Amino acid sequence: MPLAIRADGLVKHFGTTVALDGLDLSAEQGRVLGVLGPNGAGKTTAVRILATLLVADRGHAEVAGFDVARQPQEVRSVIGLTGQYAALDENLTGLENLDMIGRLAQIGKAQARQRAGELLERFDLANAAGRPARTYSGGMRRRLDLAASLVGRPVVLFLDEPTTGLDPQSRNALWEVVRDLVTDGTTILLTTQYLEEADKLADEIAVIDEGRVIARGTPTELKASVGGEVLAMQLADAGQVDAAVAALGPFGAEARVEDATINIPVGADKRVLSAAVRRLDEAGIALADLGTRRPSLDDVFLGLTGHVAEGGEAGQDGSPPPRQSRSGRRRSRKEAA
Amino acid sequence: MTATTTAATTTPVDARAPAPHLLADTLVIARRHLLALSRQPQLLVFVVIQPIMFVLLFRFVFGGAIRTPPGYSYVDYLMPGIITQTVAFGSSGTAVAMADDIQKGIIDRFRALPMSRSAVIGGRVLSDLARLLLTIGVMTLVGVLIGWRPDLNPLRLVAALGFGLGFGQAMSWLSALVGLSIRSVEAAQAASFVGIFPLTFASSVFVPVQFMPGWLQAFARANPITLVASTIRALTHGDAVGHSWWEALIWLVAITAAASIAATRKYKQTSS
Repeated sequence: MPLAIRADGLVKHFGTTVALDGLDLSAEQGRVLGVLGPNGAGKTTAVRILATLLVADRGHAEVAGFDVARQPQEVRSVIGLTGQYAALDENLTGLENLDMIGRLAQIGKAQARQRAGELLERFDLANAAGRPARTYSGGMRRRLDLAASLVGRPVVLFLDEPTTGLDPQSRNALWEVVRDLVTDGTTILLTTQYLEEADKLADEIAVIDEGRVIARGTPTELKASVGGEVLAMQLADAGQVDAAVAALGPFGAEARVEDATINIPVGADKRVLSAAVRRLDEAGIALADLGTRRPSLDDVFLGLTGHVAEGGEAGQDGSPPPRQSRSGRRRSRKEAA
Repeated sequence: MTATTTAATTTPVDARAPAPHLLADTLVIARRHLLALSRQPQLLVFVVIQPIMFVLLFRFVFGGAIRTPPGYSYVDYLMPGIITQTVAFGSSGTAVAMADDIQKGIIDRFRALPMSRSAVIGGRVLSDLARLLLTIGVMTLVGVLIGWRPDLNPLRLVAALGFGLGFGQAMSWLSALVGLSIRSVEAAQAASFVGIFPLTFASSVFVPVQFMPGWLQAFARANPITLVASTIRALTHGDAVGHSWWEALIWLVAITAAASIAATRKYKQTSS
């Protein structure tokens, strides 16, 4: 498959802050590349360079075969961009907003009108088409904003934290749209701080931290890199932890004393599950709880960076990303320590 | 640069959009601002009501205490000045609109579109001119109702209107530059006010310059607002326009050229 997005060694400084420190990214045509990282890791800066809004200090990037630095106008004609805010004119109606974007996307007056109507229908905004956008709810605004990025039928779509601040229902609707677009052959670069989102949508994930890619692979590969499924057994009596470890030794048991839990890695052979429980039973050790747990991307992030991702701290204030990042990162390091 | 180049694609991109049209894009943006204006009746206060209040205030409250040059009634002296003042004050909305567009990410959206790079500011300036036509029309009507009797020579009237609108677009470009540089709605509002207020009052808008203290006269005489107001005044009063018209014209051309180039450059580099 040809590459629709390719970035090699992007470097970007803001004053003394290093936002990107040799970032490499690539996305095959018709796939979803998830760019996962905490606040200020450089996700937004990367998107802004690829979308021709910023010029990199060093490095090279191509979108749909066009050089973002040398052919920005060509790049603009094949991309769509949705940022973290609903970038709309509040005083124009939904229809007027989309119609304006269509004309500025150079698709022609008649096409712009028709496309606006189609998208309003598709995003369930047809009934509100004639109302000023300021009367829209938060979810409606974000849908209109996404529609605006699709007016020009982009080949490559950049979604910069598209579900930040969205209610679960709107988020699910947006996920559906992303899947539909991919079916139609659109390449999507999606940045997110939500591990679940990257897991659900992305064909490939690039984990970035401090302006560089620290891991990449499919969601499955990344999860495999921190180990497979784990059987977690919580003992009824914390005093029996040592006895349990002794009984389960052959299975590679590890104990977490603080909550009296024994973890056993589960390989392809699922008979381990029943065998382990039988052993404990034979040894007269009672269980309070048990279950299997698949490693999440949270585990991936913790394993790779030594700190947890900050999913809940989505930046909705307008402060510049690099700055926000620094304090955020320091805070999370402390938490992890 | 055209948007139809297909060189070295790694992705088969079908024939894309044609190159952007400066005029068409400018009209789309101008239409956006005029639609938005029509949806905000509260803005009519600034476009229509505040100018009328200023006219009435100076005509009836302060006017009686202000000396006028020989041959002028105060209303004949006032109207060209107050129209110039209104044009200057009205431009501050453009600084606010640009800062607001940056804050809301709308400038980012435009900059990621294959549109003309001059149309976003150009369209705003064009919409300002349409708004100014409305304001000047209403003020002229009110002026005539309270006794203004301008010279009706059509060439002079067209020239007077031309100076008013020319000044308006120069101030709009300047205001756009301020908004794009300051990037905060509140700060843009404050900066415009701090800049325009003293320039307007230390001018021949309300009071003849010769009645000001000497040190202020030097400033007021070189002030472009004085030159524009004096030119419009001479044109509408049927006087010889003297040297104020070309001095005003130099100011307008210089402000427009410098501000439009600087504002367009700023726009290209702007990112929120």
